[in-house]
Amino acid sequence: MTTIELKRVANVIRQDIISMLVTAKSGHPGGSLSAADIVATLFFNEMRINPKDPKWADRDRFVLSKGHAAPVLYSALAEKGYFSKEELKGLRQTGHMLQGHPDMKKTPGVDMSTGSLGQGLSAANGMALAGKLDGKDYRVYALLGDGEMAEGQVWEAAMASAHYKLDNVTAIIDYNGLQIDGKTDSVMCSAPLLEKWQAFCWHVIEVDGHDIDALLAAFAEAKTVKGKPTMIIAKTVKGKGVSFMEDQAGWHGNAPSVEQGEQALKELREEAANLG
Amino acid sequence: MADKQATREAYGKALLILGAENPNVVVLDADLSKSTKTADFGKKYPERFFNMGIAESNLLGTAAGLAAAGKIPFASTFAIFAVGRAFEQIRNSIAYPKLNVKIAATHSGITVGEDGGSHQAIEDVAIMRAVPNMVVLVPADGEETRQVILASAKYYGPVYIRMGRLDVPLLFDEDYHFEIGKANVLKEGTDVAIMANGIMVSMALEAASDLAAEGIKVSVVNVASVKPLDEDTIVRVAKTTKAVVTAEEHNIIGGLGSAISEVLAERQPTPIVRVGLKDTFGESGKPVELLEKYGLTKAALIKAVHEVLAKKQK
Ligand SMILES: Cc1ncc(C[n+]2csc(CCOP(=O)(O)OP(=O)(O)O)c2C)c(N)n1
Ligand SMILES: [Mg+2]
Repeated sequence: MTTIELKRVANVIRQDIISMLVTAKSGHPGGSLSAADIVATLFFNEMRINPKDPKWADRDRFVLSKGHAAPVLYSALAEKGYFSKEELKGLRQTGHMLQGHPDMKKTPGVDMSTGSLGQGLSAANGMALAGKLDGKDYRVYALLGDGEMAEGQVWEAAMASAHYKLDNVTAIIDYNGLQIDGKTDSVMCSAPLLEKWQAFCWHVIEVDGHDIDALLAAFAEAKTVKGKPTMIIAKTVKGKGVSFMEDQAGWHGNAPSVEQGEQALKELREEAANLG
Repeated sequence: MADKQATREAYGKALLILGAENPNVVVLDADLSKSTKTADFGKKYPERFFNMGIAESNLLGTAAGLAAAGKIPFASTFAIFAVGRAFEQIRNSIAYPKLNVKIAATHSGITVGEDGGSHQAIEDVAIMRAVPNMVVLVPADGEETRQVILASAKYYGPVYIRMGRLDVPLLFDEDYHFEIGKANVLKEGTDVAIMANGIMVSMALEAASDLAAEGIKVSVVNVASVKPLDEDTIVRVAKTTKAVVTAEEHNIIGGLGSAISEVLAERQPTPIVRVGLKDTFGESGKPVELLEKYGLTKAALIKAVHEVLAKKQK
């Protein structure tokens, strides 16, 4: 896909996120919106996947370690054709396959059940180790939050990815600077992330997480790195694309009302129109 | 044949069988491979052995990922660190998505001995039993351990296997048959039943012989499969004996005694006495001395049988 097409997909994903949360009346908009460009780039350009065969053994895997951003993943999966877009209306409803946090048992295209922060990179490493053992060339992607960096298990896993030279692992930090209780720097300072991941023997790339070309270049670079996992620190804006949600910790885990949803969708449609 | 073997020792040997049989079996450890006995597998199959360092959360989390990609991981460390440190990884990354991970925990119970209470898991069965999708197995000797490990590899889904450090009597030979979800009636008697697992099984058999000399006919049931529990066998035996003693090297809260009490309370109300740790931690000491001190002995079982027979009489 071209850059402009990927931008359009990201815009549609953002609209889906808003609509889903308005219908569900709960969920996490901020961290879903901040990750939309990253997820769009992965699912519509980077990853070798086949929506008709979600369990294809040679597919690239995606682990949404920051599982609360499930809506961004569900929208990408629907858009990609894993299931009908109608299903998005069932988010968080009793008996529906779209759980509040990703569930690999219930939703086609979800490679790992997540929701408890800190666990995704370990699972990604396990998949990557299996891939190496089986002589397969699939890659494993994991998306983490910056607040999530406070979890000890992230660093246990970071050490292991490097120790086992998992160059088939590419992790991304959605570096939006916010978590639930406020700015990440004030809740638990995880900076400097670049130096930390370098010190853990990772190849580290810093990008603007809303710049599709920069993301494409970073993913391409990651594939050329041998003997080391790659971390892409993607600087993002939480709530990106909806003016009143941008950079507001309060929009971490609150769904917009119907009116707020209308306003958000209006802004996103305007953006889509500008993209042409 | 040696007359004693630690279940962890049998585990290490069973892994070698699995390693040869099934290329999808992989083994992970957290810097305790000499103690958990996974080291031999590591030597023989280095490309399928992953030492994760002293990082138990990541040990179980990585095992989940390996299973998600089609491997059959056996993740080993001491019971206290597997179930304690990594509980939530087991719960959310393994059991919730029903991934095919085998949590092979050694050094359970007070027979850890000298290392003391910090290292003696006495609540692991209770915790694992409460997790949906989890199978919980507690083998009694080396042969049963071998069969438990092989059966676990064949079964698809998460399994918690509880093993010990101490050399324990070999009770069974190859004719013995372990099956997930089945209890084994080792001895039929009509007066009272001792339902035990792990190291308490051999003591139960000894107690039954002593009691026979007193004219008391004891059934001995080995309940290695704590979950799924063989309810029908338990109910059938309790119907005959009308008195039950449970025995486990675990807190009496939440373990085998609780599981059997739950079933009998609902299906076959029966006088029962639970032998186990009386809601207390262990401490440092020689294993045999600790077993004595905490009432996990043949004598304690005989006393419990008399207690439950008195209840039955009322
Ligand atoms: C282990 C765990 N602790 C707490 C939570 C509750 N929680 C959900 S999201 C969140 C904040 C996440 O912040 P960050 O990682 O920065 O994500 P983002 O900003 O991208 O939404 C917390 C604490 C959780 N899901 N898991
Ligand atoms: Mg954040």
